[in-house]
Amino acid sequence: MTLLVALPVVLPLVLGALSLALWRSPLAQRVVALAGTGALLLLSIALLWAVIQHGPMATALGEWRAPFGIVLVADLLAAIMVLMAGIMGFVIALYSLGTITRGHENFGYFPLLHLLLAGVCGAFLTGDIFNLYVWFEVLLLASFALLVLGGERAQMEGAIKYVTINLFSSAMLLTAVGLTYGLVGTLNMADIAVKFDAAEDGGRVTVIAMLFMVAFGIKAAAFPLFFWLPASYHTPPVAVSALFAALLTKVGVYAMFRMFTLVFDAEVAYTHNILLWVAGFTMVTGVLGAAAQFEFRRILSFHIVSQIGYMIMGLALFTPLALAGGLYAIFHNIIVKTNLFLVSGVAYRLQGTYQLKQLGGLYRSHPGLGVLFLLSALSMAGIPPLSGFFAKFILVRAGLEIEAWVIVAVALAVGVGTLFSMIKIWAEVFWKARPEDAQTRAPALDVVSPGLFWLYVPIVMLAGLTVLIGVAGQPIFEVSMQAAEQLLDNSAYIEAVLGGEEGP
Amino acid sequence: MEPVLALVVGGLYAAAIYMILRRSIVKLVIGLLLLSNAANLLIFTVSGLTREAPPLISAGLDAPVTPMADPLPQALILTAIVISFGVLAFAVVLINRAWHVVQAEDMDQMTGTDT
Repeated sequence: MTLLVALPVVLPLVLGALSLALWRSPLAQRVVALAGTGALLLLSIALLWAVIQHGPMATALGEWRAPFGIVLVADLLAAIMVLMAGIMGFVIALYSLGTITRGHENFGYFPLLHLLLAGVCGAFLTGDIFNLYVWFEVLLLASFALLVLGGERAQMEGAIKYVTINLFSSAMLLTAVGLTYGLVGTLNMADIAVKFDAAEDGGRVTVIAMLFMVAFGIKAAAFPLFFWLPASYHTPPVAVSALFAALLTKVGVYAMFRMFTLVFDAEVAYTHNILLWVAGFTMVTGVLGAAAQFEFRRILSFHIVSQIGYMIMGLALFTPLALAGGLYAIFHNIIVKTNLFLVSGVAYRLQGTYQLKQLGGLYRSHPGLGVLFLLSALSMAGIPPLSGFFAKFILVRAGLEIEAWVIVAVALAVGVGTLFSMIKIWAEVFWKARPEDAQTRAPALDVVSPGLFWLYVPIVMLAGLTVLIGVAGQPIFEVSMQAAEQLLDNSAYIEAVLGGEEGP
Repeated sequence: MEPVLALVVGGLYAAAIYMILRRSIVKLVIGLLLLSNAANLLIFTVSGLTREAPPLISAGLDAPVTPMADPLPQALILTAIVISFGVLAFAVVLINRAWHVVQAEDMDQMTGTDT
């Protein structure tokens, strides 16, 4: 049973090594990618099922017992996040068949994809802060290489900013880890939580909390630390953009949720008040930035930022309902935002550009695509009965309950702003006629499957999930609520790690 | 010893941030190098310096009888050094490629993706 917790990390690592061994055979790499990410998806479903049945599970690597060795812990939140990584890995592997050129494949696209998934799953499951730093580096290094795949000028410029700011945040994280070890002499998250609660020197704990907040804030692209994201996310091949949008910033948000519920829950009035300001400004600046853009993927990049604000708002309000709303927003946003990037990739394949001014007339030529875009776009703006509505509804309700009027007003206003951006894309790309002087034409990409079939399959799957999460909102909400209660009452987590009955 | 090392750590952080803020991308990489060294030295310093007490347990005993140096920070630093080595190797290749593609090593010439 406890092996199950380690498998989502081990499997992608093995698959990455296998893909490297099959370097000369792109066909075999593709087969490994599809079968492997499919297996990861099934595995993550099994893990979630086991966690729902048995509560939080922990496994000690190398049979070194906590708090001395490294533990992997799967509580409800971690298991759901691994499931999200599994879904996204599978969907992106499918989508890659139609968008990743043979040139990209020859430079190791698939091994890097597996490595990225291993890093993401590791970061979700680890129960040790130094190990968290290591997984962050694994996924960062894979993302660096994916970002420059192809080596165009814009990619180089974006990559330098992305690499610099992310290495800076890693150094901050390492500093915070070192200071934590110096203060309490342990690296295990559950053990740190216990020892920080007993620590008398609250001031130093708060300093460390702020260092973690800045480090994770950069990775999550929160205000005022988000400028690297819109400068780089629109430069790589669209499958890579979609993968980054789905998982990378969410790992930062996840780490924030983990640390600021489990470990730093003593000075809530101070730390979570700062988080609330961060959340408000993140929402507003993201949506205003998007309003000024006329490039498909840059608009979506700014909306990643603004949606991060909703998730942090859930964390900052720090009630069970608000946390559940934040988690619901994470789950919903991963699916919807990825799908919008996938749609932008189809528009590029059809008309050869991401500039809204040059695109047009897609509703006339491809009405099905228009409907799929609208499903995701309206869901993100929060139109019922799609998934985004419930995420916003829960957050707003939680805000009203504790009378946080300002943040609720901001959240609602930003919802309108999001709708404006989505309607802008709809009007420019789908509704208006194609401009007559449009210079661009469909690019002749050297891909495996030149048709649109493998582009549509993932989009339809994700759009179906969006509708499903919206229509069947109750079970998802209940699971989110349970996960939120596990986060707030961290005794089950601490017992799973330190209790010892799960150990060797 | 700790105050000296603390000053060195502070100096390294300051130098690193100064270098990262320069416009030249070569100096930027030097800044990142200094930054990772600063973090490593901070871990070393903050977990306490114990002189002349290697973390070895004499034969026949289960636990140390005298205070000894903590081996874990050194393991952490070793891991962090390996990681920063790999990442910096990537960064050096990246600025080399960027120089070939962009034909400039000035950050002010690389604003094409900002607006």
